[in-house]
Amino acid sequence: MPESYVPKEAIGHGDGGTAALAMGEAESLERAPAAGRPPGGEPTGKPRSLWSDAWHDLRRNPVFVVSALVIVFLVVIAIWPQLIATGNPYRADLAKAQEGAAPGHPFGYDTQGRDVYTRVVYGARASITVGTCATAGAALLGSLLGGLAGFFGGWWDTLLSRLADIFFGIPVLLGGLVFLSVVTSTTVWPVVGFIVLLGWPQIGRIARGSVVTAKQNDYVQAARALGAGNGRMLLRHIAPNAVAPVIVVATIALGTYIALEATLSYLGAGLKPPTVSWGIDISTASTYIRNAPHMLLWPAGALSITVLAFIMLGDAVRDALDPKLR
Amino acid sequence: MAPGDPASVPAPEPLLEVRDLVKHFPLTQGVLFKKQVGAVKAVDGISFDLHRGETLGIVGESGCGKSTVARMLVGLERPTAGQIRYRGQDITRLSGRALKAVRRNIQMVFQDPYTSLNPRMTVGDIIGEPYEIHPEVAPRGDRRRKVQELLEVVGLNPEFINRYPHQFSGGQRQRIGIARGLALRPEIIVADEPVSALDVSVQAQVVNLLARLQSDFDISYVFIAHDLSVVRHISDRVAVMYLGRIAETGTGEQIYDHPTHPYTQALLSAVPVPDPEAREHRERILLTGDVPSPAHPPSGCRFRTRCWKAQELCAQVEPPLEVPTEFRESTGPAHHPSACHFAEERRVVPDA
Repeated sequence: MPESYVPKEAIGHGDGGTAALAMGEAESLERAPAAGRPPGGEPTGKPRSLWSDAWHDLRRNPVFVVSALVIVFLVVIAIWPQLIATGNPYRADLAKAQEGAAPGHPFGYDTQGRDVYTRVVYGARASITVGTCATAGAALLGSLLGGLAGFFGGWWDTLLSRLADIFFGIPVLLGGLVFLSVVTSTTVWPVVGFIVLLGWPQIGRIARGSVVTAKQNDYVQAARALGAGNGRMLLRHIAPNAVAPVIVVATIALGTYIALEATLSYLGAGLKPPTVSWGIDISTASTYIRNAPHMLLWPAGALSITVLAFIMLGDAVRDALDPKLR
Repeated sequence: MAPGDPASVPAPEPLLEVRDLVKHFPLTQGVLFKKQVGAVKAVDGISFDLHRGETLGIVGESGCGKSTVARMLVGLERPTAGQIRYRGQDITRLSGRALKAVRRNIQMVFQDPYTSLNPRMTVGDIIGEPYEIHPEVAPRGDRRRKVQELLEVVGLNPEFINRYPHQFSGGQRQRIGIARGLALRPEIIVADEPVSALDVSVQAQVVNLLARLQSDFDISYVFIAHDLSVVRHISDRVAVMYLGRIAETGTGEQIYDHPTHPYTQALLSAVPVPDPEAREHRERILLTGDVPSPAHPPSGCRFRTRCWKAQELCAQVEPPLEVPTEFRESTGPAHHPSACHFAEERRVVPDA
């Protein structure tokens, strides 16, 4: 849009005003566009919201760039593992059990003679699926219940907060061992469901707190005074201003959920063979750690890098969305 | 209670009649089973009238209940007791469609221009939101033009429609807030300290804008502030509040030049005087102590704990808000309601 900061135009409307008014007006009109520009100074005039400011910061943050690249790479190989691994993760050659690296098999073989490199690549799919689905589920459920509790308050708040406390109080590993050991499905969905069930209170609490804060803003009161309904206030005024902390916590939680899936799989309660998963492979390899440490180190390394990437991303997003650091 | 005073009643039927308005906020104890252990008496029985095209100023120090009155007038708080009658209809118990219809006619301008505009919405969306909530006011195709007209009316460039609030200065933001309040063409605008967050130089612009809009659109204002000179500038009538009650009410001249309530006199004596010569000669009334807690207001007259005239009578009998007996016969400017047993005229503001 063509930007013209011509204060005179606006002053013309202050007909009843005094000379002092006109002077003050010109000053304040000149001040405004300067605030809209980045400190560098090109007069873009393009409106900048918190999100575009955050994006502006993130692109210049090396931590964000590196972790985002790692995550993009992981997502790509989770969808198309054939791109970098031509082998079959189930093909076993018992004659080569526990052998070290060999040409074409850079990570060596596992105890059943399967190619560790191929299995590490294919294992990304389970971790990424569990991580993203569990995070999406926990974030949706948590922000819905937490947001409603924060918005309506009263007994609704008491009820939901106590419910969250109950789920919060369940020890994750104990609960996982109990609940998941009775499940026979070999898909990722029981694990995803369990993590959502135990993960939503954390996000729910954050969502509740940030809705309570956003609700007290004058612009929400202004909307109410205009006659806005609850739906409009929640969707147009509260949600856009309360969502940032939820996104930050969810991004960090994603990393921990991936680690949780691996932990549960290691303990035999999470994913089950024949699903290819880092957790299962780490579990199997732990028995042979003295004879064949490579069997453990490669999947464990992949897991650590993945979890680290998501947590670093969450950190970077938090810094970018925190207006106090600006 | 005195519904206005004879000197300034232009129309027979007031637009807004407030009667014995009370708002108590309960103080509770306990986590799960809440038990009421008391109440903050934020507003404790106030009455006033507002006529068409008139400005009623409400002044008082922080915590005296001014803002709670404003929030009740626009329906953001439900009164504990009392009535707010708009065109004869009590609006305190309305809900749903009827409340929405009344809200069209009573709008609010907020104190803090930094928190009263949604940072995620463009100026066009903010000022256009009233039309989305009340679609009958403006057809969809017409809204953008109407928003630009409003921007022009409040003295902003209509091209700013796609900008975000953070790209504006405080005074400009307050103009945006005023434009939003004007969008539905309300009959009454409740302005809750609309200029106290602004620079003094910008305050004058915003006050002048409000005054111009009043004459252009025939709006009535309830103008709440703690700045006495701003209130005097814009108000036809003034009510002085102390601890949830009206202490004294009258026209600007009656309150500022002929105050009879000791609290008003103390307030006025604190107004800065720009002339150093005059400053030498004026007397300051220094109040001692703090405002008592509105959870436990003093018995009788609420001002007695800080009043230099207080006697036994003040602790026992609450003085009614009416023209004091000693001025009842007079026709001078001291003839106005003042809630004091020992009201006497005392000029505290030197002539300019």
